[in-house]
Amino acid sequence: MIFNIVRKELKSIFASPMGWIILALLMFGFGTQYLSGMDNYFQVMSGAIRPAERVGVTIFVGGQIYGNAAFLMSFAIPILTMKLISEERRGMTLPFLFSAPMSISEIVIGKFLGLLIFLGILVVYIFLMLSTMNIWADIDFGYLLANSFGLILLISSFVALGTFFSSLTSQPIISAVLSFIALIALMMAGRYYASAPDHWFNHISLLKHYQSFSKGIIDSADIVYFLLFTLTFLLLTIRRLDSDRLRG
Amino acid sequence: MTITLEAKNLSRQFGPNFAVKDVSFNLEQGEVLGFLGPNGAGKSTTMRMLTGNLAPSEGVVKIGPYDILEEPKQAKSLIGYLPEVRPLYKELTVDEFLTIAARFHNVGSKNLKQAVDSAKDRCGLMHMSKRLIENLSNGYQQRVGIAQAIIHSPEIVILDEPTVGLDPIQIREIRKLIKEIGKNHSVILSTHILPEVEMVCDRVQIINQGSLVFHGSIDELKQQRIGNKLQVGLSKAPTLKELSSIDFINKVEKIENNLYRFHFKKIVDAEKLAALCFKNKWGLYHIAPDVTSLEDIFAQLTMLGN
Repeated sequence: MIFNIVRKELKSIFASPMGWIILALLMFGFGTQYLSGMDNYFQVMSGAIRPAERVGVTIFVGGQIYGNAAFLMSFAIPILTMKLISEERRGMTLPFLFSAPMSISEIVIGKFLGLLIFLGILVVYIFLMLSTMNIWADIDFGYLLANSFGLILLISSFVALGTFFSSLTSQPIISAVLSFIALIALMMAGRYYASAPDHWFNHISLLKHYQSFSKGIIDSADIVYFLLFTLTFLLLTIRRLDSDRLRG
Repeated sequence: MTITLEAKNLSRQFGPNFAVKDVSFNLEQGEVLGFLGPNGAGKSTTMRMLTGNLAPSEGVVKIGPYDILEEPKQAKSLIGYLPEVRPLYKELTVDEFLTIAARFHNVGSKNLKQAVDSAKDRCGLMHMSKRLIENLSNGYQQRVGIAQAIIHSPEIVILDEPTVGLDPIQIREIRKLIKEIGKNHSVILSTHILPEVEMVCDRVQIINQGSLVFHGSIDELKQQRIGNKLQVGLSKAPTLKELSSIDFINKVEKIENNLYRFHFKKIVDAEKLAALCFKNKWGLYHIAPDVTSLEDIFAQLTMLGN
């Protein structure tokens, strides 16, 4: 049943130009960075005399791309999530879903997974793009896999949060703006107390938890953080849609 | 007759206001039930509760053996619903949309194509398969809406104001379609257009300000229209007082020149009246049942509640 919702979401993303445009723009963005990263690598490394300054090409190029991916996603995802529920609310198409023999949890999870799979294309794309460096260099696949895993977790948190804001309003633009602000605030949270690294505020920062992946470290605490974050916002969305039915 | 849908003491409050208050009714297999009421009477609210889109404040809805709140999935799989605003994904083609609708209603992938084709066929959409819903006319979009409601051959089809906003020809076609659907499914249809109910429905229910004010067969509704009055034209009529003093007549009203409305005391006895007119040479030239228009009955019934 969830699978049917996933299919429907993918179909409607690809039926409108929005999905294709975002996909193309992001791929263009990542591609350009890849290119300039490769260009810069030799320049920077020839200038780096001390061995400590030298890094592998995987970290040099990959680190840049994965770091920027977090920011690019925080722009792109609100635009995609606003379609999920807000637009259905505005187009009065929610009864179509609610009258079908499906629970609200299935609808929400299906929509979430649909968008996650769509964005998963990008994660796979980045991975494949960086793997091409293996043709002439010996790259660190473990590093790429850790980063891809982290990026997927980050994206799923973004999508869950965006889905929640999408369920709040029938104005897609408002939901996009709200989730964009929320995402930026959560990513920046670590910067406000940069001088006190153990302040609780640092621990809610999405970026801080993403950073350990970008070092190639898979820390269970970070995984749990992202999973809880995703779960919380999905549950809030389900509650919100359920209360629609109760309150009318 | 088996009962396919049962609503018991259904109420719905929005804040302190009752949108629907203590509504109970049954839907029998294979009948078309008309749900009639002025705008804002609670028709749509009732339908949303019947289809599980809105939780009732009080009361029970049973679809076949299943309670819509206790076993929503089983209950919902027996219903096809077209809300007041048609829920169409306009960026998809007719085929794509109907395929999604069929999948959502658990039509197996083997029967998928057949289900889509038969729904299209029944709704006259065969030549529109590859068109974007966005580009269809209002009437055709409505057909897609109906096709989506019957795609899984549900036992009950619930249509909320299916003819609203259509032109007269489209309305006629949609009504024909609904009659057709009524042959195989039980249908609940809401409308504020009286002739529609008379044309399409077997049974009618009038709702006003959230309460049922009338329910019965169409014939009962029609009978209410006739009552115990006759319209009589007399070219050489005596005074009103003289007419009123006839022993089996309760009251006589003058409608216009030479045209009178006779209210009978008990049953209408046109023969007796005609004989009397003939005997007294009142110049009887017209005698007809005095039909109250459905609009009047509607107004009467809905006024009662006020």
